[in-house]
Amino acid sequence: MSSRTQFESGLDKFNRVKTGTNVGFHLIFIVLSLLCLIPVIVVLSISFSSEDSIRNGGYHIFPTAFSGEAYHYIAQQGKLISKALGISVLVTVVGTVLGVMLTTSMGYVLSRPNYKLNGFLTWIVFIPMVFNGGLVSSYYINSNLLGLKDTVWALILPLAVSSFNVIICKTFFRSTIPDALIESAEIDGSSQLRIFFSIVLPISLPVLATIGLFLCFSYWNDWFNSMLYIDNQDLYSLQALLNSLMTNVDALAKNASVMGISYAQLVATMPKESARMAVAIIIVLPVAIAYPFFQKYFISGLTVGAVKG
Amino acid sequence: MDMKSGRKRPRVRWRTQDTELTFLALPTTIWYILFCFLPMFGLIIAFKDFKIHGGFLSNVIHSKWSGFKNFEFLFKSNDAWVVIRNTLGYNLIFIILGIVVPVTLAMMIGQLHNSKAGKVYQTLMFLPYFLSWVVVSAIVWAFLSFDKGIANQFLGSLGKDPVNWYMEPKYWPYFLVFMNVWKGLGYGMVVYLATITGIDSTYYEAAVIDGASKWQQARFITLPLMKLVIVMMFILAVGRIFYTDFGLFFQVPRNSNSLFDVATTLDVLVYSQLKTATVGMASASAFVQSVMGCLTILTANWIVRRVDRESAMM
Repeated sequence: MSSRTQFESGLDKFNRVKTGTNVGFHLIFIVLSLLCLIPVIVVLSISFSSEDSIRNGGYHIFPTAFSGEAYHYIAQQGKLISKALGISVLVTVVGTVLGVMLTTSMGYVLSRPNYKLNGFLTWIVFIPMVFNGGLVSSYYINSNLLGLKDTVWALILPLAVSSFNVIICKTFFRSTIPDALIESAEIDGSSQLRIFFSIVLPISLPVLATIGLFLCFSYWNDWFNSMLYIDNQDLYSLQALLNSLMTNVDALAKNASVMGISYAQLVATMPKESARMAVAIIIVLPVAIAYPFFQKYFISGLTVGAVKG
Repeated sequence: MDMKSGRKRPRVRWRTQDTELTFLALPTTIWYILFCFLPMFGLIIAFKDFKIHGGFLSNVIHSKWSGFKNFEFLFKSNDAWVVIRNTLGYNLIFIILGIVVPVTLAMMIGQLHNSKAGKVYQTLMFLPYFLSWVVVSAIVWAFLSFDKGIANQFLGSLGKDPVNWYMEPKYWPYFLVFMNVWKGLGYGMVVYLATITGIDSTYYEAAVIDGASKWQQARFITLPLMKLVIVMMFILAVGRIFYTDFGLFFQVPRNSNSLFDVATTLDVLVYSQLKTATVGMASASAFVQSVMGCLTILTANWIVRRVDRESAMM
């Protein structure tokens, strides 16, 4: 945690909370941690429960009858899932790359103190933080005027930039990139584009990682733009698919004809409840595995963002 | 632009690097114009009798001005007041709990003797922040579904009757507040813990020499030094008081009609009006949200500036 608790000097050891208090604190945190972990375990165990046991006994924290039929079913008629997985990955990758480019380039430009349009661009970034057009006019502008309705771009473009991220970048560049470095490159005749791409970006990995990871998670977890702009099932992301499964479990049986059995037959035999939770697990698993490794980047990134400027 | 001679002149002139930087900022500027500034002008829909046929621009230009008629419809409906009450009420509770709980826990976790365990707790408590609301809604369903849910099985094992949770408004204010705290706790703790970690340890050393207790150190060193961040988070939260987390209020109650009075906020109202094509009212609601949101953030900042100049955002 803090350097204070790791630092075991005599004074620190003396200045600790009492052992009783320490145990109490641990208990509180154990309870809170379980509250955050158990729900995910519940979803996991439902996804591994047999459909019969759910039908008769309901959901359980631990599966009463273990079964992989949900995953088997999903793999068997995986077209819908693999398509949705493809859309989710595509949107996450393209969106993250685009978002990082747009955010860092603006952040760099704003961090140059002598730039002539600095004041103007600062307002461009700042105004949307306090005022926005709201859902209705954004919806009509995006879907009618910009023609994004039912395209992947509707899932990518609206999320690409956030003023908060731009300001994190600006603060980072201004505080960590020495002016002398940029000036010497200017004297050597490098253009600003070259300075940005081959000098500034390579030494700015911490901020690139923070912004990239946050963008990554927000693209992967986005369901709202799908719900708003996507009617075509071929463009459903995993989140949109789970969303439609939550209201209508039969949605998975959509491509019944592909499998050569009737729709009614398929609906009757499919593991509905566990399949729903299995899709949730397919969404959660990569995130749950990835984020603990990147946590230190978020923490340093958020700290940079907390600095005023 | 005279680029060659620009280099030698003093800084007043437009230089080559200004052109290059403008070029670099151009894509993002275009993004801002398309996705942030165009919609601001789109707010005039609220004052128009807007129909959704044909091209968007011609619609905006050709539809008739309707003055404040859309707003009249909005505020004459009974829903509007319930929804505004919900939005402000939940937000007030969220703002208070969203500061008190993470600040307290961040101060506690820094005191644990075993910092490795602290790291594990922190990682586990950060997990809900990275789950989407669709997934959270599936989780809540696993607990609260009437015939299969874990909550009702638990009640059954105690010999009590099952509750149809999604039909009972009286429980939902607690559920929604709980879910909000649950999901945001990890993030809040990271922000506040970062501040606590940044505090110079000599303050505490001096305090120990003066005989200050742990409680006194927290009260007179840690809290005052966290003030800046707390106030900043407060201003940001107050500025969003007319907005709520759409996912929380839309996905978690699963759009249940019987929960309308306790679980509908302005965002949900705007969305459902948009989807049922009552564009006039939807845009009026969205207009109220945007303008009031702007006014509250400026007011909050103004008040903070009056009280303590240093803590203000702008």
